[in-house]
Amino acid sequence: MIEELPTRLYAWFLQLLQKIGLPSIIVDIVGAFLIAISTCAVFLALFALTSVLERKILARVQNRLGPNRVGPFGLLQPVADGIKMLIKEDIIPHNADKILHFLAPVLALIPSLLVLAILPYGSNLVPVNLNSGLLYYFAISAIAEIAIFLAGWAGNNKYSVLGAMRAIAQILSYELPLATSALCVALAAGSLSLPQIVQSQNNYLLGLFPNWFLFTPWGLAAGLVFFIAALAETNRSPFDLPEGESELVAGHLTEYSGFKYATFFIAEYVGMFAICALFVTLFLGGWLPPLPFLAFIPSWIWFFAKVCFIAFVMIWIRATLPRMRIDHLLSFAWKFLLPLAFSAFFALLLWHYLGRNILSSLLSFAFIVAAYFALGYPFTQRYSPRKRTYLFSE
Amino acid sequence: MQLAIFWIFSVLMLLFAGLVVVMRNPVASALSLVMCFICLAGLYFTLDAFFIGIIQILVYAGAVMVLFLFIIMLLNLKEEVARRLKLSAFFGGGLVLCGFVYAMVKAVINLPEVWQTAPKLETGGISDVARIGFKLFETYNMPLQIVGVILLVATIGVVFLSSRQLR
Repeated sequence: MIEELPTRLYAWFLQLLQKIGLPSIIVDIVGAFLIAISTCAVFLALFALTSVLERKILARVQNRLGPNRVGPFGLLQPVADGIKMLIKEDIIPHNADKILHFLAPVLALIPSLLVLAILPYGSNLVPVNLNSGLLYYFAISAIAEIAIFLAGWAGNNKYSVLGAMRAIAQILSYELPLATSALCVALAAGSLSLPQIVQSQNNYLLGLFPNWFLFTPWGLAAGLVFFIAALAETNRSPFDLPEGESELVAGHLTEYSGFKYATFFIAEYVGMFAICALFVTLFLGGWLPPLPFLAFIPSWIWFFAKVCFIAFVMIWIRATLPRMRIDHLLSFAWKFLLPLAFSAFFALLLWHYLGRNILSSLLSFAFIVAAYFALGYPFTQRYSPRKRTYLFSE
Repeated sequence: MQLAIFWIFSVLMLLFAGLVVVMRNPVASALSLVMCFICLAGLYFTLDAFFIGIIQILVYAGAVMVLFLFIIMLLNLKEEVARRLKLSAFFGGGLVLCGFVYAMVKAVINLPEVWQTAPKLETGGISDVARIGFKLFETYNMPLQIVGVILLVATIGVVFLSSRQLR
């Protein structure tokens, strides 16, 4: 009953509309809007909840109290923040390109909401079942880079441009390991459609242990790469260099104030939840319960519980790790994450073509461990700067 | 419904394609090009070719345009905006355009396939990812490998050239 609650509510509402006597094309359009609005509303509510819970968790880690004045336990803090953002003055710099300056926050928000369309939220809760859903995610999130560029360029401010350049360099470099590790999952599942990827993880070893892709040797490496790259893609700490306030004021957000700034904030958090949801779908079995006898709990509750857990891990990492330096960040992406993603790919081939049994698992695990240590060895050496020669200065 | 979507996307696409040429600001014309690509992807979607449409957005609107914008960001745009239109260049370009359009229209009209309507798909859609995969890796396997080698050669060439400059 609870499992089918959203779909039944939806069907009931559409029947209601038909009884009133609306033509079927309008009922279809209203139904599509209903799905879109409810999906966006769930994620915006998650954003509002996270914006206060994140500060609470950070405060707990840093031995403070955190926001506790507005409402019970400070839970109404997002409302206060929203009002504050709305009534702030919206400053447009004198030399800015006015249209592009306005367009950038809009263009940042739209892709992060669009990618929510293909995620499977429950066993029968898939807004759009595309047979190349995984590619759709990467295609749409590529458009968010253009928004970052616009935000940096339109403000006509050197800090904005520098921040945008860093952000684009970072997102471009981390997109490769992200896509490569997602490709491993698509190969193992034999499909680019996200509901089918979840379905292919739907069996239990010895009837007890979940057969999720994170618990295979190649999946462990690919999942690790995916998670780190996801942190960098959403500008989460320790990869939050684009808005490194100690160096660049606020990066590409320097010239934004009031609700335009808040729009970037919303886009970033919805994007974070979307990528958590993609991680859960690809590696943590989506809406599947962790143990087979727990299937009585509705699938969408499992899905959102896993998404919230991954989001919590991201906040935890933010509280723990210091920010990286830009050259470390880029060489980490190109010299460690990308080769590790490729070796996960080869480990997947070993695992698959040797028959997906214990022997092949051990072999591919050995391969992954060897690759991990071989790739990580240069990073453990002491860094001694060489004399640099410059082409254009001097 | 499908016809309406087709007309909306094609009109928008032509509009933005015109803006690419007309706009004086390079960033504005690059963004118009992005919109043009997205409308083209919309046309593919109305034809149930979801995979092609998504690849169109991923490769052109995503990767290629981000590289364009990245380079535009490093240029001095003031000169470009201030540059004046030359009348002779305008007419010369117009002449070339007219010839090109004439040749294209003539070639397209003479194709017999243009005047046929393709039969409708029986059930919703086909697994276009699998079909394209089979075509690429079975029928056209050799050309695909050759294209891969050509791209690799280009990449190695770029790395070699840039590393020699830095030394």
